[in-house]
Amino acid sequence: MKRLWDPIPLRGRVVLVALLAALLIAPAVLDRYLISIFVLIFYFTLVGQAWNLMMGYAGQLSLGHALYAGLGGYVAALLWFYFGIGPWLGVIPAIAVAMAFGAAIGWLGFRFGIEGVYFALLTIAFAEFTRIAFDNMAFTGGAGGLFLLYEPKRAHEWWNLRGGPLLFYYLSLALACGATALTAWLARSRLGYQWVAIREDQRAAMALGIDVFRAKMIAVLISAAMTAVGGVMLAFYYNSLFPAQAFDISRSIEMILGPVVGGLGTVFGPIVGAFILTPLGEGLIAVTDKLGIGVPGVKAVFYGLTLMIIISLRPDGVWPWLKRLIGLEAA
Amino acid sequence: MSALLKVEGVSKRFRGLVAVDRVSFEVVEGAIFAVIGPNGAGKTTLFNLIAGDFPTDGGAMTFAGDPLDGLTPDQVCRRGIARTYQIVRPFPALSVEDNVIVGALMRLADVDAARSRAHEVLRQLDLYDKRQRRASSLTLPDRKRLEVARALATGPKLLLLDEVMAGLRPTETDRMVAVLREINRATGMTILLIEHVMRAVMALASHVLVLHHGAAIAEGPPEAVVRDPAVIESYLGVETV
Repeated sequence: MKRLWDPIPLRGRVVLVALLAALLIAPAVLDRYLISIFVLIFYFTLVGQAWNLMMGYAGQLSLGHALYAGLGGYVAALLWFYFGIGPWLGVIPAIAVAMAFGAAIGWLGFRFGIEGVYFALLTIAFAEFTRIAFDNMAFTGGAGGLFLLYEPKRAHEWWNLRGGPLLFYYLSLALACGATALTAWLARSRLGYQWVAIREDQRAAMALGIDVFRAKMIAVLISAAMTAVGGVMLAFYYNSLFPAQAFDISRSIEMILGPVVGGLGTVFGPIVGAFILTPLGEGLIAVTDKLGIGVPGVKAVFYGLTLMIIISLRPDGVWPWLKRLIGLEAA
Repeated sequence: MSALLKVEGVSKRFRGLVAVDRVSFEVVEGAIFAVIGPNGAGKTTLFNLIAGDFPTDGGAMTFAGDPLDGLTPDQVCRRGIARTYQIVRPFPALSVEDNVIVGALMRLADVDAARSRAHEVLRQLDLYDKRQRRASSLTLPDRKRLEVARALATGPKLLLLDEVMAGLRPTETDRMVAVLREINRATGMTILLIEHVMRAVMALASHVLVLHHGAAIAEGPPEAVVRDPAVIESYLGVETV
């Protein structure tokens, strides 16, 4: 921990501690709706960090990350549904299954030199055929979905992730913090240096003795595992899973927007991105509803426009700019 | 003294073109060995074969007694052969320091230890004051130095330098020659270099191999090689001597 803490300038430490303290006591003044928005922000921070490790650090573009979240959610939900195995235990096989799929994608891609856009297509393909498979499997509920029953007598079994918004608020906050700490630690590790070297110039990385295949595989495996954890949490939060939603490419795109907007290959970019995009999306729903122009698609148009503006103004992401603005780095 | 690198009858063909034609030579441990020859003589291809970029079409190579053939570039590097690229390949978005840390991390697992190793190397190559700069902001001579620094940081037994003097001014060349000589003297590191700058070759190399159309046409101490009629005709030109 000390190694993560030491390089942060004093002003950064103050901001970080103040922010964390504010988030810890915030539920006291937030209503249910706002709490639900924060849960989403923390969820997108978690999966954003996961995707950021693969793309922002190791330079491997995945457009199918919904696969890992969906698999994680389904595995844990099915174990609960059929065997009453709680998610604290169920998260382990959930991670294992997601990592197995990640290993398959990584092996195919990296072993056979499928790079860039073609690798991204491979990740989409895996997510898509998994969606089709889940659509047609009876024991997962098929296309009709899988529902976790609300049982009033178990409503306070926090150890089974049965609980109200507050439980999920603190759980998702803890997971987001954990994912950020893990990213910070990895970024300063030998592996982190190997990843950015591969991202910058794979051939030169190899010439410096880096086992490129191994480093990229580890990136995919860690990323898949982290995303699966997010999927497990979300499944127990919403209590329902549909293949058409869980594995849809729009889910994958949602996950990657945060880090892209916040700043790829930075530790705080995914957090900043999640804090911008989630309220933006929710705010647009509220505004369009109020103005009575809640026609399907209007929200997406505004959302897209805002994204284009942000990305054209801050192509390196908002965080590197924000960092200079609040004086954490010399201009 | 024993041969650190042994190349025996190595060939490489690209379709119809024989880029490297049954070349054999030995680099003795601790030596500074230069490969010279006109453009297109197959020098860089020879380097790429040693570094594992692509397989040979015949012949054998051994390093410290172990066969090199069939190894990938990262495996070759881990055996103790570091190389630079003629067209430099720094990690552009990383700082100068981080570029060299990546190299140092090959032998050192700890990032702090790698950083102090990187600082040592950066001081040797006069890049220490520029260590926080982005690699993409460096001038070409500095990038060449960075390329050498990064390779050195891996702690190799054999350093392959592909035209690191090209584009340097005479004073910069002399400085690079002095640095390489000092590293060779202090650590006994063996150096194999491709070079066009004869001033550097004459000052550095104890042994010279001349390639022409992929084949070795002369080999020996630099003073003898530059007087070889075949070398003068194919490469140096009559007026040089």
